[in-house]
Amino acid sequence: MSSFLSSSFMHNIFGGLAQGVIYSLVALSLVIIWQSTHVLNFAQGAMAMFATYVGMTELERGVSYWWCVLIAVVVGMALGGVTERVLIRPLYGKPEINPIVVMVGFLAVIEAVATSIWTSTTRTIAAPFSQVYFKSHGQLILLSPFVIFQIVLAIAIMLLVAALFRFTKLGLQLRAAALAPEVARLLGVRVNRMLTIGWMLSAGVGAIAAVILASGSFGLFPTDMDGVFVAGFIAAAVGGLESPIGAIAGGLLIGLAEQFILAYWTPDVAPLGGVIILVIALMIRPQGIFTKSVGRRV
Amino acid sequence: MIRVQALSVSYGAVKALQNVSLEASPGQITAVLGANGAGKTTLLRTISGLVSPDSGSITLGDTSLVRMATEEICRLGLAHVPEGRGVIEELTVEDNLRLGALASKVDIAEGLENQYTQFPVLGDRRKKYCATLSGGERQMLAMARALIAQPRVLLLDEPSLGLAPQVTSDLMKLILQLCETRNLTVILVEQNAKGALRIAHNAVVLHLGSVVASGDAETVAADEDLRRYYLGLVE
Repeated sequence: MSSFLSSSFMHNIFGGLAQGVIYSLVALSLVIIWQSTHVLNFAQGAMAMFATYVGMTELERGVSYWWCVLIAVVVGMALGGVTERVLIRPLYGKPEINPIVVMVGFLAVIEAVATSIWTSTTRTIAAPFSQVYFKSHGQLILLSPFVIFQIVLAIAIMLLVAALFRFTKLGLQLRAAALAPEVARLLGVRVNRMLTIGWMLSAGVGAIAAVILASGSFGLFPTDMDGVFVAGFIAAAVGGLESPIGAIAGGLLIGLAEQFILAYWTPDVAPLGGVIILVIALMIRPQGIFTKSVGRRV
Repeated sequence: MIRVQALSVSYGAVKALQNVSLEASPGQITAVLGANGAGKTTLLRTISGLVSPDSGSITLGDTSLVRMATEEICRLGLAHVPEGRGVIEELTVEDNLRLGALASKVDIAEGLENQYTQFPVLGDRRKKYCATLSGGERQMLAMARALIAQPRVLLLDEPSLGLAPQVTSDLMKLILQLCETRNLTVILVEQNAKGALRIAHNAVVLHLGSVVASGDAETVAADEDLRRYYLGLVE
């Protein structure tokens, strides 16, 4: 058993999962915004990076890791809420391309501001759990307590988000506000408030992804989330923009694909893993693997 | 009581309503009749706050509804079943009903049971996505979703549209029964003038955004000119 766990195959599985959960969380944050506002936020990664940098600044001033996470999440949520109110709200009812263009522009602004405040140097957060691999009977198993923490955290957040949308009054109102805003208003749903809450939740989840990235071996720099966003976006498209479970599964799948390409082909083309999966998914199930198709009576 | 006075609405240069007034009382159905483009839907949408009027007043009891947000008007006890029913297809029957109850103080479980008793077909299909419902079932759901919040005022926009004659007849009887048993103020917009006049207590006839006649339903129904020129009831 220990030799299997320490095999190069399992090494790649663990490595893929560790990277995949970051993509999963970004994908999940995109799904939340999509489910609650039907907008794709192209600045999601950059907003998460900014929130994490604020958390890291406080960490350097002596707060604990968990306070840093909390600060990043709160700043992320505040940034998400303000962005919706100031940048996105005037665009509702306008062509769908408008919020995309505005958020691509906002992405550039956030990254420029972050670079001017914190420079483009990579920064890391000291992880709360050991990143030293486990050993079994003298054999190294390429899995650390931190990787387990990453995976468990992502799954816990996914379950919380799925439960929020499926079982709570707030989740029902968020879905209704996105699916049919006028009908929701007629039923007394405070739609504008729901849209703001959707953006806040999404940005909070995105901030957790950036905190995990910064806590890993390679740290975080201002444009670091661009590549992560692309992978997360593909993960959301593969899993289905309506499905939190699909977002998590899509992220893990892309993390694994990248890891195996990196191990058995060449690191230069590892990002192709996501594109290959996207092409296959679009050919087989274009609405997303986990999206429920709703039958229609004709 | 809901009171609309001298209401005017325009969409850009197009005047959709001009100086429209009506009163609707509890326990009574007020039918709003007229051809396509008469302004019937605009009238309901303005009462619900979805459209802002140029001038005029709308009051529910002593409360002015003009410039009030749609969701707040709903929370005052006004339920609006829009044209096309407004059923959210991507949600289940039960989630649509739950949504109707959220803004009220009604106990949701009790409200659901009441609606399933009133509309057993919805109880049978509670876990189904609404995209799979027939036109009649959707209308039942739209009615149940409006009623679950126990509103004081019910605005119905073309509820008979696309329904079979027997289903329409049953629906009209149900509207009358609900109005009388719950003391509801009902404003019923219909192109099906014959069916609406059969159950209405009062009627208002709109033509190109203006009121051309109003009064008790029997008088309107008996007016040969109205029947011929505005209601399409005479061959």
